[in-house]
Amino acid sequence: MHRTDLIDAQTAKPADQIPSFAPGDTLKVHVRVVEGNKERIQVFQGVVIRRQGSGIRETFTVRKLSYGVGVERTFPLHTPIVSTIEVVSRGAVRRAKLFYLRDRIGKAAKVKEKR
Amino acid sequence: MASKAIVGEKVGMTQVWDDQNRVVPVTVLQVAPCRVVSVKTPERDGYSALQVTFGHKKASKLTKPVAGQFAKANVEPGPRLVELRLDDTSGYEVGQEIKVDILAEGDQIDVTAVSKGKGFAGVMKRHGFSGQKASHGAHRIHRAPGAIGSCATPARVFPGQRMAGRMGGEKVTTLNLTVVSADAERDLLLVRGAVPGPKGGLVLVRDAVKGRKASDG
Repeated sequence: MHRTDLIDAQTAKPADQIPSFAPGDTLKVHVRVVEGNKERIQVFQGVVIRRQGSGIRETFTVRKLSYGVGVERTFPLHTPIVSTIEVVSRGAVRRAKLFYLRDRIGKAAKVKEKR
Repeated sequence: MASKAIVGEKVGMTQVWDDQNRVVPVTVLQVAPCRVVSVKTPERDGYSALQVTFGHKKASKLTKPVAGQFAKANVEPGPRLVELRLDDTSGYEVGQEIKVDILAEGDQIDVTAVSKGKGFAGVMKRHGFSGQKASHGAHRIHRAPGAIGSCATPARVFPGQRMAGRMGGEKVTTLNLTVVSADAERDLLLVRGAVPGPKGGLVLVRDAVKGRKASDG
C-alpha cells in the first residue's frame, strides 16, 4: 500500500462506478456540464484510444468524429465531472494505444467488435 | 516571525479535486501531535521558541542528558527534539499538545526542510548555467561553465564565483504555500504544491511570514 493511499482512498471513485474497459471499446461518457448555476449531463460517445497512468492519476482518451472532424477528449479516470461511464461495445484490437485511428478515414477508422 | 508552527513528516505527493472539480496537486504531511518539552522566553533564554517532540521512543534508548530533559518536563520521550521559533510563546506551557488543527484550509504557510542531496553537481544543474554548444565544433565541453574570470588583471578568480560542487542536502524554506486541508482526526496536513526534502523527511511548518495572509481577506 502506498502511503498517500490514505488520501487517495477518499478522492478515488468507488470501484463499482468505473466499469472495466480497454482501448478499442466504445464508451458513453456522461459529463457534468455547469452552465451558470444549472448543471446538465452531456454524453461524449467514442472509441477509447488510450489509457495512461495509474492510481488516482490514471486518465483515458476518447476519440469521436463530430461533423467530420476528429475530437479527442482526455478524462481523469476519477474525475467528479464524469458522472457515469457506459460501455457500448468491446473492440477487438491488438494495440494498447490506438493512435493509428487518427490517420484513417471512413470504414478504415472503424474498430472491429470483439466476438 | 511566525505566530504558530508545527512539525511533520513528508509522506508524498498526490492529487485531490477542489470544489470546482479541478485537480489540485498536494503534498501529504503526517503531523503527529507535538508535545511541548520546554518554552523558551526572551527573559530567560534571549529568544522565544517552543521545544517540542512527537511520536514515541523507548525510554531505555535515550541518552542520559536527553532523558533528563524529558524527565524535567515530565513529557513522554519522542525520537527528536525540535525547536520552533515563535513571536510569542506566552500562550504555551510545558506538556501541552499542539495538533494540526492550529492550521485551517486556505491558510498561507511556509515550510522548511532539508532538501534532497544531489551529490556533486555541475554548473548547469547547480546554478542554471546555459552550458555550451551541442555542435559546431564543441568538443567535450557541452556542459562546461566557460570562462571563470579575466586575464593578468586581476590574475585570480573572484571569491563567490559559481562553480560545480555539492548540491542539495541543505535547509530550504518554501514560502507562501496554501493549506488544502488540515485533518486533525488522522493527523494529516495537505499542502498545495511541492515541499522540499525526501519522503519521510522532517518538515517544519509555520504560518507565512511574508505576503498577504489568508486572514487579511
